[in-house]
Amino acid sequence: MSQMIKGNTGDWEIVIGLEVHAQVTSNSKLFSGASTLFGNEPNANVSFVDAGMPGMLPVINARAIEQAVKTGLAINAQINLKSVFDRKNYFYADLPQGYQISQFLDPIVGKGEVLLDMPDGSVKRVGVTRIHLEQDAGKSLHEYNPKFSYIDLNRAGVTLMEIVSEPDMRSADEAAAYLKKLRAIVRYIGACDGDMEKGSMRCDANVSVRKPGGELGTRCEIKNVNSVRFLHKAIEYEAMRQVEIIESGGKIDQQTRLFDSAKGETRTMRSKEDAHDYRYFPDPDLLPLEITQDYVDALKKSLPELPDQRKQRYMEKFGLSAYDAGVIVGEQEYAQYYEQLAAKHDPKLAANWMTGELFGRLNKLGVDITESPISADALGGLLGLIEDNTISGKIAKDVLDLMFETGKSASAIVEEKGLRQVTDTGAIEKVIDEVMAGNPDKVAEYRSGKDKLFGFFVGQVMKLSGGKANPAAVNDLLKKKLS
Amino acid sequence: MALDSQAVAKIARLARIKVSEEEKAHYAHEISGILQWVEQLGEVNTDGVPMLTSVSEVKLPWREDIVTDGNQQEAVVKNAPASDYGCFVVPKVIE
Amino acid sequence: MTLRTLTLSAMRDGLLKKEFSATELAGAHLDAIEKINPDMNAFITITRDKAMDMAKNSDAKLAKGQGGLIEGIPVGVKDLFCTKDVLTTAASHILDGFKPQYESTVTTNIWNQGGVMLGKLNLDEFAMGSSNMTSHYGPVKNPWKKKGSDAPLVPGGSSGGSAAAVAADLCPIALGTDTGGSIRQPASFCGIVGIKPTYGRCSRYGIVAFASSLDQAGPITRNVRDSAIMLNVMCGHDAKDSTSAPIAVPDFEAALTGNIKGKKIGIPKEYRPDGIDPEINAMWDNGIKLLKEAGAEIIDISLPHTKYALATYYIVAPAECSSNLARYDGVRFGLRVMPEKGNLNDMYEATRAAGFGHEVKRRIMIGTYVLSAGYYDAYYKKAQRVRWLIANDFNEAFKKVDAILTPTAPSAAFGFDYKPSDPVEMYLNDVFTVPTSLAGLPGISLPGALNKDGLPLGLQLIGKAFDEEGLLNVAYALEQAIGFKGKPV
Repeated sequence: MSQMIKGNTGDWEIVIGLEVHAQVTSNSKLFSGASTLFGNEPNANVSFVDAGMPGMLPVINARAIEQAVKTGLAINAQINLKSVFDRKNYFYADLPQGYQISQFLDPIVGKGEVLLDMPDGSVKRVGVTRIHLEQDAGKSLHEYNPKFSYIDLNRAGVTLMEIVSEPDMRSADEAAAYLKKLRAIVRYIGACDGDMEKGSMRCDANVSVRKPGGELGTRCEIKNVNSVRFLHKAIEYEAMRQVEIIESGGKIDQQTRLFDSAKGETRTMRSKEDAHDYRYFPDPDLLPLEITQDYVDALKKSLPELPDQRKQRYMEKFGLSAYDAGVIVGEQEYAQYYEQLAAKHDPKLAANWMTGELFGRLNKLGVDITESPISADALGGLLGLIEDNTISGKIAKDVLDLMFETGKSASAIVEEKGLRQVTDTGAIEKVIDEVMAGNPDKVAEYRSGKDKLFGFFVGQVMKLSGGKANPAAVNDLLKKKLS
Repeated sequence: MALDSQAVAKIARLARIKVSEEEKAHYAHEISGILQWVEQLGEVNTDGVPMLTSVSEVKLPWREDIVTDGNQQEAVVKNAPASDYGCFVVPKVIE
Repeated sequence: MTLRTLTLSAMRDGLLKKEFSATELAGAHLDAIEKINPDMNAFITITRDKAMDMAKNSDAKLAKGQGGLIEGIPVGVKDLFCTKDVLTTAASHILDGFKPQYESTVTTNIWNQGGVMLGKLNLDEFAMGSSNMTSHYGPVKNPWKKKGSDAPLVPGGSSGGSAAAVAADLCPIALGTDTGGSIRQPASFCGIVGIKPTYGRCSRYGIVAFASSLDQAGPITRNVRDSAIMLNVMCGHDAKDSTSAPIAVPDFEAALTGNIKGKKIGIPKEYRPDGIDPEINAMWDNGIKLLKEAGAEIIDISLPHTKYALATYYIVAPAECSSNLARYDGVRFGLRVMPEKGNLNDMYEATRAAGFGHEVKRRIMIGTYVLSAGYYDAYYKKAQRVRWLIANDFNEAFKKVDAILTPTAPSAAFGFDYKPSDPVEMYLNDVFTVPTSLAGLPGISLPGALNKDGLPLGLQLIGKAFDEEGLLNVAYALEQAIGFKGKPV
């Protein structure tokens, strides 16, 4: 689903590659035993190793290895039984050792793929080049003093997985879908909590433009985008910026940029004076990481049902569309909620009501499904009333609103407000007769060919019945009576 | 390989060590001499020879994921030339 | 007075027999240090109060019949080991005022076994050097002097302070570290014993890192037995050091039987180049003869890549040190130089320029260069491959022999006024010791003879990986046979 940009000189294709940094959920850090707990006092989660003190040495966390392998397995990637930790050397205040322990030539995970569920039901494959483990850096706080920066090393040394995609994405939509899917995958397996606001998942986007079929253009890197929404905006802005430059005769400078969410624009980071020469070499404090095939196989067995597998299962078992299934498997919590509904109610009805009505209202309230005031059981209660014809779908929407407002159950509300659908054909016929009697001229007009007036009669009947008449019955009976 | 002052300037920059013009020339001379001497390794046939990754047969040990360290803010900043609110204080970083 | 000339094992026995107390022992050494150190400059920091406290504790333990392997024994610590709340400088200006809030594993082991800390010993800055001349705290005077001369001589390096202190009876034992010969060469220059164990035997945790794949801690002592006792205390697997060998520590002292009948001793021809000092040659030949007389079999071997070892070392070690020393940046500890109106980078550049000495800066720059883009393959990668070949030479040789005998250093101690015409000349001091380091093997130096100037020359024995027992026993037998009694005047 490419999204061409319409420039002055024709269509432009956007080429996007994403580098995602995901903090691995663990108790302690990648190479030290300090805590990773968010929100502690500055430098409280810091061992002398993290602080880069003289004589300190790294010791690797077994959980970090586990989560990297599991993530690799979850994206069908090649797991490298031998990998090497390298030092990436550069100077920065939040990098106490003066180097970051990372993996350069021999990462723990090789090529894999992420499958995107596009809105039109199609599946797009985005390649992943590699995943490697590396240390996160500390935090520089610039806002407290005009002349000084304050350095907090709590985050220094936390485990990061860097997940590098192939430049396979062709639109901001695809990039957003990739990020969402990747996030779902790491959340499913418990490797990362995917909380972009807190910064446990960050995204760098490499964006370039080209004429379709042409050579790759010069790319710019947009660093540290921390929401899917911002990613989408940043890519669209950046691609447009590049097209405008090229079309007005300019050249793209390869540079690193930041997304200014307030202005909705990307801007250059003050240009780094020298291109970085990281002087990678294998860290002599760490031997190569060796894992066995048995270890990998055991982890593979331990993987939970992954989003794609679950999506397939929902499509087969519940007859859902690819897109609907894709939305529901997007979060474990959605899937759990859905399965509760689908266990007792029509799966398609459940899917529609969940992803349409429920999600819409939750979004308006700014509330997550885990905090939904309407439980799966409660929503199921409402679905049940639709399924046994107690209320119409239209009324059900109002009932749902009232459920949100009052916290009462669907049946309680229906009883209280007397919203039971009228299905008794006799009663409906009476109402129809009344309407027809009250509008003889319109009846005559309809019978003489003005078909459009049918809607008028339906409206009147519904109005007179207080919205409670079963629409299907009304349609049938009206047709009969008006003919 | 003979280095000139410019090359030394680049290296010194990467290593974040300030060198004067005079020192640059001096280091250029000394380092060139050393590099020329170590380049004798070019004589050695190393086709098919692996890099020595470790001198011992030790395997990389893995640590259990439990918190065994940290919670010592005071000790961490104790030797700092400048600290405040538990943080290290440095001149403004230009970004 | 005579207390200070006792060996470690004699002190240990004397304390147990209550012939003297730990407090007396510490006091005697501290008094001597007070007198001698101002001129010798072996100690950077003297921890008098701490020493007396520790000695008192030791006496209390000994009175109860308790105590560790070296209870009450005074120890000097090379100022490269981080000692909690005690100034640790690595002999560098850049660590001004640094008092670690943690203790190195090796020194922890020493204190746990009852060692008493006399102070921190001088060294070449960041362990880079073979003469102790690069120290920010000034050079160290070797207690030995040339016959009829008062000119000061270097004690060797980088553990110059450690070797000088032991040779001058300022402490019976000292901790050193060895990266390319920094324990063995000073031991040779000072007429005493120094051993670098197999890489991985001693933990590197808390030792200021110079070259991570080469650094090893080791003891500097008056005789082989004392070294064995010290290794019993210092060695051991440490979970905090990922390169630490998960291997049990045997009783090294128990291995000293003196019986080396049938042991095969290799003599590598590459260590005897044309132009070798004839006195060193003679000492070596004498060592060979004595080992033969003790029942060992002498076998000629070849270590073909020996001549490339120094070049290999002077690529690998600077590369690793350029990265290890990046943390000295004025942010979290030590010296900070803040130029007016400067930013963070200005602070880095000024601090490191002022804080590091010339030799250290040179090695950082070489290291930075050989790792930089475009040069990594030709230098670092190439060097690590040649290193494999050097290690392989030893592996092949050790299929035929149990230990290898060579001289330790190409000369005796040289004068303070020795100014090499170029840095490479100074590096040649390490020619006999570096190959052992590159291969990670254990190596020991013991005094072989006095030269015509009355200065000590050392013999080196190299052992199989993790066979310190075998190595120490051959060294012990050789030591007995040589019967070296030299002492600085």
